[in-house]
Amino acid sequence: MAEKKGWKELMRGGDLPPATALENKTGSWRSLRPVWDPSNCIHCMICVSYCPDMAIPITKSEEGVIGKNGRVYKGTIRLETNFDYCKGCGICAVECPTKCITMVREE
Amino acid sequence: MAKLKPLTGAQATAEAMRQINPDVVVAYPITPQTPIVEFFAQFVADGVVDTEMVPIESEHSALSAVVGASAAGARAMCATSSQGLALMWEIVAAAPGLRLPIVMPVVNRALSAPINIHCDHSDTMGTLTLGWVQIYSENAQEAYENMLLALRIAEHPNVLLPVMVMQDGFITSHGVEVVKVLEDEEVKKFISERKPDRYLLNVKNPYTVGPLALPDYYFEVKRQQEVAIYNAKDVYLEVGEELSKLTGNKYPLFEEYRTEDAEAVIVALSSTAGTAKDAVDEMREQGYKVGLIKPKLFRPFPYKEMRETLERFKVVGVLDRSIAFGAYAPVYSEIRNALYESDKKPKLQSYIYGLGGRDIFKTDIKKVFEELLSGNVDSQTQRYIGLRE
Repeated sequence: MAEKKGWKELMRGGDLPPATALENKTGSWRSLRPVWDPSNCIHCMICVSYCPDMAIPITKSEEGVIGKNGRVYKGTIRLETNFDYCKGCGICAVECPTKCITMVREE
Repeated sequence: MAKLKPLTGAQATAEAMRQINPDVVVAYPITPQTPIVEFFAQFVADGVVDTEMVPIESEHSALSAVVGASAAGARAMCATSSQGLALMWEIVAAAPGLRLPIVMPVVNRALSAPINIHCDHSDTMGTLTLGWVQIYSENAQEAYENMLLALRIAEHPNVLLPVMVMQDGFITSHGVEVVKVLEDEEVKKFISERKPDRYLLNVKNPYTVGPLALPDYYFEVKRQQEVAIYNAKDVYLEVGEELSKLTGNKYPLFEEYRTEDAEAVIVALSSTAGTAKDAVDEMREQGYKVGLIKPKLFRPFPYKEMRETLERFKVVGVLDRSIAFGAYAPVYSEIRNALYESDKKPKLQSYIYGLGGRDIFKTDIKKVFEELLSGNVDSQTQRYIGLRE
């Protein structure tokens, strides 16, 4: 753990610079794990925008991946979850319009 | 050249707001504050200001919207009284914590229950611990000038805290006086533009405002806030000097009235100080050595300066227009606190008066002076002016 700052060093009013959440890995909180089924995914990015912990990185791919109904999705797609940040809240599973994410208990 | 205008205290405040031309004013009506936002709404409707006026559904929302606008980088204001201030309480505490330079006129009114729309100071005295700079105004002229002072104090880089500007409900807010109003251009130059070092609408420099701070950081943030409000004292004096050049008036931490050789003085806030000045004049004519101390800057409280002044007198009566249930009254507490370090403590007497708008007369104040001069005082008891036994 880094040395904590004194009151003179903090930003005024406890404000923070951007992207401090990068240092705050919340993956250890998880008791449920999202399991993503790529064959049913339409890469709508709803899971990405709802994820409160940037646990679902956006990937740019020219080759593409095979998603729902065998269609090849290219360009901006979602791939694996970043488990350093995923705290298993399940918002992605609730919001997914094709139900391609299921929450399973982590053993 | 300044102009003389017949204005109520509420109009005088609205006039200052017109000259400041804030980016955002959020309005929710509550007696006796209502005319401030009504007069200002007229300015907006007539196009004499280019303020975004936001009528809103409650005071809690009103101050919330002001907080949002201020964090976004705007000059934002609202005004309130009594129950409105009480409903805002949660956000009243948040605004100084977020270090937002909001200016909020407050027209003092008694708190329920029983319901009462008239003046006393129980509303703002209840917020003393929350971190706002507080300035009390004796009359419409002071209410007007204090608004200009307040804006500069709030936005000063060493302060960056919200400021409340008080005036007495109905007595000041609805009574007409001749008010000397500065030229619009003079005010514009005096207040200049708000230049925040960071603001949420600046997308090139993103930051997080109001994040979570648990036991590991909350304490440090509060210490910063404490330093800021202490800085407000010097800033008040400094900005006051500057405003003095425009108005010819002085902006001391507290006003001393005929205290030079006084043996007994009373301490009274706001409009009562005006009544007390007349009482002092009449008693002086009869040869009594009496005077008045009128606190203006109440938060931060100028303990040292108050102590050095009060040490000169034999006896001091402190008039409070609110009660602190189960404790010494708010103004009296501060005066006692200020004198703790002193080797030359005057005798003290606490008086409660004027709750729920009950009038206080010159004769009442003269009786107080007579009691003080007779030496019949007890610093540990509270006395009541105009209360039926």
